[in-house]
Amino acid sequence: MLALSLEQPGWAGKIPAGVKLLALMGATVLLYPVQSPTILGLVLLGVAALYGSLGQQALKSGLAMLRPLLVICLMIGFYHLVIGAFGRGAVFVLKLLAMVGIANFVTMTTRLSEMMDVVMRLLSPLQRLGVNTRTIALAFTLVIRFTPVLILKARALTEAWRARSTARAGWRIVIPLVLLALDDADNVAEALRARGGVQK
Amino acid sequence: MEKNLTYIALFAALIAVLGLIPGVTLGTGIPINAQSLGIMLCGTILGGKRGAQAVVLFLALVAMGLPLLYGGRGGLGVFTTPWAGFLFGFPIAAYVTGRIVEQWDGTSFLLGAVLAAVAGAISLYLIALVYFIFVTQTPAFEAMGIIVAPFIPGDLLKAVVAGFITHAIYKARPDALLSRA
Repeated sequence: MLALSLEQPGWAGKIPAGVKLLALMGATVLLYPVQSPTILGLVLLGVAALYGSLGQQALKSGLAMLRPLLVICLMIGFYHLVIGAFGRGAVFVLKLLAMVGIANFVTMTTRLSEMMDVVMRLLSPLQRLGVNTRTIALAFTLVIRFTPVLILKARALTEAWRARSTARAGWRIVIPLVLLALDDADNVAEALRARGGVQK
Repeated sequence: MEKNLTYIALFAALIAVLGLIPGVTLGTGIPINAQSLGIMLCGTILGGKRGAQAVVLFLALVAMGLPLLYGGRGGLGVFTTPWAGFLFGFPIAAYVTGRIVEQWDGTSFLLGAVLAAVAGAISLYLIALVYFIFVTQTPAFEAMGIIVAPFIPGDLLKAVVAGFITHAIYKARPDALLSRA
């Protein structure tokens, strides 16, 4: 399955994931109250420089991840222009782009396995409450494994539908898809049990 | 125990797959798609607690960097937007939906599932609305126009679809409905 992380995260890939996540939290807390378009504009330039320092590919991917937001930003900007509160609109748009940009930067420069390690470390105190965190890790693995499997099954169902009808399949394939997922879940549960099962 | 785990994991995967069904993106940038149908189904089929767990599992993987949200979005950035309240509200919506299906003892199971999904959607709106107002300081009425109103027709339709799907599953695999076990 495609991940959002870069193949060449450069210097940012060498920083521990936990440090990056803490920095992201710090940046979000600091940025939240800022109301000056100048400061936010400078921050946004700084974010762009962060991406730029990793090369052209990083800059391109970063922009691609922001694309869904750009339309919204244009609309918000236009809306504020119409109601005559351009300053407020600029602050909103700049802050949004900066915050999302920083967060995406962390995502793009951190591998899934590193993120998973951080999550498992954060969850480890739960062990003292009797929660088996290895079950949670197994759950993550199962989802990662089963998403592509279900995607293939959904595609097969869509193709079967197309062979019979000119209309779009849409939600009508959801019932057989859910049934297939349920059958898979039953089979995997049985397989897990046969291999010693899971403890909670 | 194993069944709980695999059902939760498979439904988290199902939410992701439903996000691939093409939908429409509104002018306000908010997408209407089948992903929230997946959230409703988690509640109606798995019940409150397990449904919410499946949704949390899905969101955790999105946050860790998998592009599983509708439109191939994912990562930490999606949780920093003013409308991230929808994401934070998803598990609660699944929980509310699931609890109602669990408790429902009316004559029509179909009606119960539809009403439960509607109640889940309403709780989702409330959370998303409060979050949006809190983050952007938008006046409540204006925020409702942006955050709630555009979704009502689509979500009503999806609640009915979720009800019918749940009903069909109930007939095909009565044992699979953990919400009614």
